[in-house]
Amino acid sequence: MSQENIQFPEPLLQEVARQIAKFPEGKQKSALLSVLHLAQAHFGYLSEPVMDYVARLLHLLPIEVYEVATFYSMYDTKPVGKVKLEVCRTGPCMIEGAEKIVAYIENKLGIKDGETTADGIFTLKTVECLGACGYAPMLQAGEKFHEHLTEAKVDELIEQYRKNPNANYLGLENHGS
Amino acid sequence: MDRKLLLEHVGVEGINTHDVYRKHGGYKAVEKALKSMSPDDIVEEVKKSGLRGRGGAGFPTGMKWSFIAKPEGVPRHLLCNADESEPGTFKDRYLMEKIPHLLIEGMILSSYALGCNQSYIYIRGEYMYVLQILEKAIAEAYANGWLGKNIKGSGFDLDLAVSTGAGAYICGEETALIESLEGKRGNPRIKPPFPAVKGLWDRPTVVNNVETIAAVVPIVNEGGDAYAQIGIGRSTGTKLISASGNVNNPGVYEITLGLSVEEFIYSDKYLGGIKNGKKLKACVPGGSSVPILPHYLVCKTAAGEDRLMTYESLADGGFATGSMLGSGGFIVYDEDQCIVRNTWNFSRFYHHESCGQCSPCREGTGWMEKVLHRLEYGHGKMEDIDLLWDIQRKIEGNTICPLGDAAAWPVAAAIRHFREEFEWHVKEPKLCMTKNYGLVTEKTFETVNG
Repeated sequence: MSQENIQFPEPLLQEVARQIAKFPEGKQKSALLSVLHLAQAHFGYLSEPVMDYVARLLHLLPIEVYEVATFYSMYDTKPVGKVKLEVCRTGPCMIEGAEKIVAYIENKLGIKDGETTADGIFTLKTVECLGACGYAPMLQAGEKFHEHLTEAKVDELIEQYRKNPNANYLGLENHGS
Repeated sequence: MDRKLLLEHVGVEGINTHDVYRKHGGYKAVEKALKSMSPDDIVEEVKKSGLRGRGGAGFPTGMKWSFIAKPEGVPRHLLCNADESEPGTFKDRYLMEKIPHLLIEGMILSSYALGCNQSYIYIRGEYMYVLQILEKAIAEAYANGWLGKNIKGSGFDLDLAVSTGAGAYICGEETALIESLEGKRGNPRIKPPFPAVKGLWDRPTVVNNVETIAAVVPIVNEGGDAYAQIGIGRSTGTKLISASGNVNNPGVYEITLGLSVEEFIYSDKYLGGIKNGKKLKACVPGGSSVPILPHYLVCKTAAGEDRLMTYESLADGGFATGSMLGSGGFIVYDEDQCIVRNTWNFSRFYHHESCGQCSPCREGTGWMEKVLHRLEYGHGKMEDIDLLWDIQRKIEGNTICPLGDAAAWPVAAAIRHFREEFEWHVKEPKLCMTKNYGLVTEKTFETVNG
């Protein structure tokens, strides 16, 4: 992606303005986390040029964006698949079989934790507690929660997302251009 | 015993919308407060209610509110902590998803009480779908005149917005939350100054948990005294409990504080007993950071009294034989669960979530994870158990924020109550590995040891 191509379409620019407007004048840095979510959804991951673009949008120094993008676990600073399958691995999910679900996905997609399928659709990631402990095991695909997982349900999900990878976003239809 | 103050109308079709919420008595507390109560009256009612922070610390809410500094001409802020991330806890998500206007109503009341005109709900980034539910509800509240300028002709202005995290447990710590809301890394601040004096953008700030803020609604509606009548002793009102693990009916329950732990676990009204007819082995009653209790200390205290779902009873016996109510993340383990594996899992969590500012936490959580990993995977030595004990002692109390304590306590409690199981992992590593959910086969065991 070259520098010139990095530009939000108008609806996303409006969304950025809405995020900034939540805060008092001069405090637009507070919108940074929200804008990074938008940028990641739109551009696929937070490359250096994308982060620089976000810095320009919010009138920040690039380093202010880098240090945030590298702190929070939801941000990807390296390319990932169109659909991130993030399986919760923490305590309550573990005792309900999260490790088996991870192993099943690894076998099914032929990738390990942290890897992306050759077709670039799926990335498998194990993550820490997503607040679904009573509905374990669970995974998050993009912005969607899928709970009470079974192998059959995983099959269904993978089928569904393979057909329509964008289905993992909830709103702003122009995500993942 | 089961008054529902928060979730009473959950299940009513459309209760997530303004109109249905309003039809069921919604926003009556705001009407009452703006018409007939001063901000200090509300603080007084909250003090009388005995409400304690529902996020985990249990600090009296009215007292926390009374600490807020009020320098002339400086705006103050109320922040709602919806960064629910303590393993075992999913109650705030449930409340926000099912009845979002209750939180908004609580935010209006609490903001009015504190004199805040711009308040925020900080929600963890993974709860993106809940954020959308909240934003829709907030838009409805604006459209119906509950938010914005001169609310219902009272002269009180309030703007409310939701902002998001991006995957960091530490942002549930109030000063890290503030840093994050300022668009920075979630590194906790050194206190003092406390947020009540210097918080968001160096302005006086109060940070309260979702459930705490929601509880202000019934307190204003019915009065602090009436609220204080519910519950036992200093544990007043109701509490949302997130139940998970090996039980028949996991989920979110609103219980009256004072319910017996035994009834909570075994009654069909609540968790319905242990799944598959198995026996109870242990319980973590208040989220992953509180001490684990072995089965014989779950339903009874060391003194042989019934253990109750209250701040005091769950803590009875101190850390030697008690635990904490914490966030109400109630995790139940059956007889097949491995304590060492579970402790390793929690240590990995805290290592992953340490912000890295303080050496004892940054390094210590990693060491604990490694030592527990080698115990669990068959490379452990007897002296590792004492080593673990030593590491957790050196983390506890030696960090800027309580994440260090939260990482240390589960390790300490596991060794305290299940030392034999740790020793057994050293003596019979192979047995343990095959027992653990059948995940590790003979072959991988050899590979690990290879």
